[in-house]
Amino acid sequence: MEKEKFQISIKGLDEKIICEEDEALLTALEKQGFAKIPVGCRKGGCGICKIKILEGEFKIGKMSIKHVSLAERKMNFSLACKTFPKSDLRLEIFKKNNKVITIRA
Amino acid sequence: MAIKGVLRPGFAQVRVLDMKEAIIHYRDRIGLTVVSTEADGRVYLKAYDEFDRHSIILRECDEAGIDYMSFKVDNEESLNHYEEQIRKAGFDVTPVEAGEQPGVGRRIHFTAPTGHRFDLYVQMELSNNGPMTNNPDVSQLDPTGMKAIRFDHCLLYGRDLDGTQNLFVDILGFSVSEQVIDDDTGMVIATFLTCSNKAHDLALVRHDEDGKLHHVSFLVEDWSAIRDAADIMTRYDISRDIGPTRHGITRGQTIYFFDPSGNRNEVFAGGYHFYPDNPVRIWQASSVGKAIFYYERELNDRFMTVVT
Repeated sequence: MEKEKFQISIKGLDEKIICEEDEALLTALEKQGFAKIPVGCRKGGCGICKIKILEGEFKIGKMSIKHVSLAERKMNFSLACKTFPKSDLRLEIFKKNNKVITIRA
Repeated sequence: MAIKGVLRPGFAQVRVLDMKEAIIHYRDRIGLTVVSTEADGRVYLKAYDEFDRHSIILRECDEAGIDYMSFKVDNEESLNHYEEQIRKAGFDVTPVEAGEQPGVGRRIHFTAPTGHRFDLYVQMELSNNGPMTNNPDVSQLDPTGMKAIRFDHCLLYGRDLDGTQNLFVDILGFSVSEQVIDDDTGMVIATFLTCSNKAHDLALVRHDEDGKLHHVSFLVEDWSAIRDAADIMTRYDISRDIGPTRHGITRGQTIYFFDPSGNRNEVFAGGYHFYPDNPVRIWQASSVGKAIFYYERELNDRFMTVVT
C-alpha cells in the first residue's frame, strides 16, 4: 500500500517538503537536501534539531527530556529527528550554537 | 615506568532512552555480549577480548549521556593513596560499596572539575568467557557485529578542562600525549591523556556545558574492521557522524556514529604507542581540522556542538 505523504512547510521559507507517514521530519529534510536544519545524532539525544510545530498533527518518539521538557512538549516543541507527521505540518526550526540555517538555492 | 597505579579504563555507565533498542545496538551491531540484567534494570555488557566481567553498563533514563567512567587501579594501597590525595586536593570522595555493581569490589567516586563523575576500583570478577589463557585461541567467543575488542576510551566535554587535566596528571599519574591549543592565547582547547602505552585513555575538550559525553570508543582490530563496521552501519541504517577516516591526533582510524539514544560511539583502530618520556605533541587550533579528521582536514559542524 502506498504510504501517505504529507506536506511540510517551514516558517520563513516558501518551498515545501514531502514527508511520508512514519518518516522522521529530519530524515525527510536531510534526504531532500531542502533546508539545512542542524543535524546531530538523529536519535533524540543531542537536541540540535529542535523545532516547534505551529500547525498540524504529529506523533513523537523518545527524546532526551533535557532538550524538550514535558512543559515544552505540551507547547508543541519537539526534535525533528523524533517527530513523525500525521497530517500536513507547519513548523519553525530553532538554530543552536548560532549556526546559520542555509537553504538550497 | 611499568604500568602501575591506574591501569586502564575499566567501564562506563551510559544512559539510554530505550533499553530494547540499546541492546540491539550494543550487542548485535557493536558485538558486545550481555553479561547480566539486574533487578534495578541496568544491563551489563562486555567485549569478547576483555578478561573482566563487564565494561559497559546501560541504564534506561529519559536523558541520554554518561553517568560515569571508571578506571581500574592495581591494588588497594594505590586506591587508598588516590583517595587520600583526591581529598587533599579539595574534592569530595564518595565510597561505593562492593557489590553495587555485580562482581565489582569497593569503588571510590569523585566529580572532576568538568562535572564528570569518575570511579576508581581494584577488584572485578573475571569473566568465564574472556580471552583463553591455556594454549589460547584468538578468541573464545566468536566475534560478532563490528567485532569490538574492548572498551577503549571516552572523550568528554566540559568547562574547566585544566582542572580535570591537572587532577588526572598530578594525582592519578596520567601523561599528556597531545593537546590542541589556541594559536594566540595558548589556551588548551583539547587534551589527550594516557595512563598506559596507548595514545589516549581519556580525552577532554573545553566546552560551555559541564558533564557532557562526546563519545564512548571501542577498539577494533584494523582498517579492514573499520570498513566492516561501516558496512554494518549502512546495512542497519545506523546514524553515522563521520568516517571511515583517520585522526591526526593519535593517528587512529575511526568512525563516529550514534547509538539509538544519540550517544556518540566510535570504532577505533591503530594509533601509536605512547611512552611517558615522549614529548607532548601540540596542534595549533588553526590546524584543528587535520588534528581531528586527518583526511577531511576540517571539522564537521557536529564535532564541537553535538554531545549528550
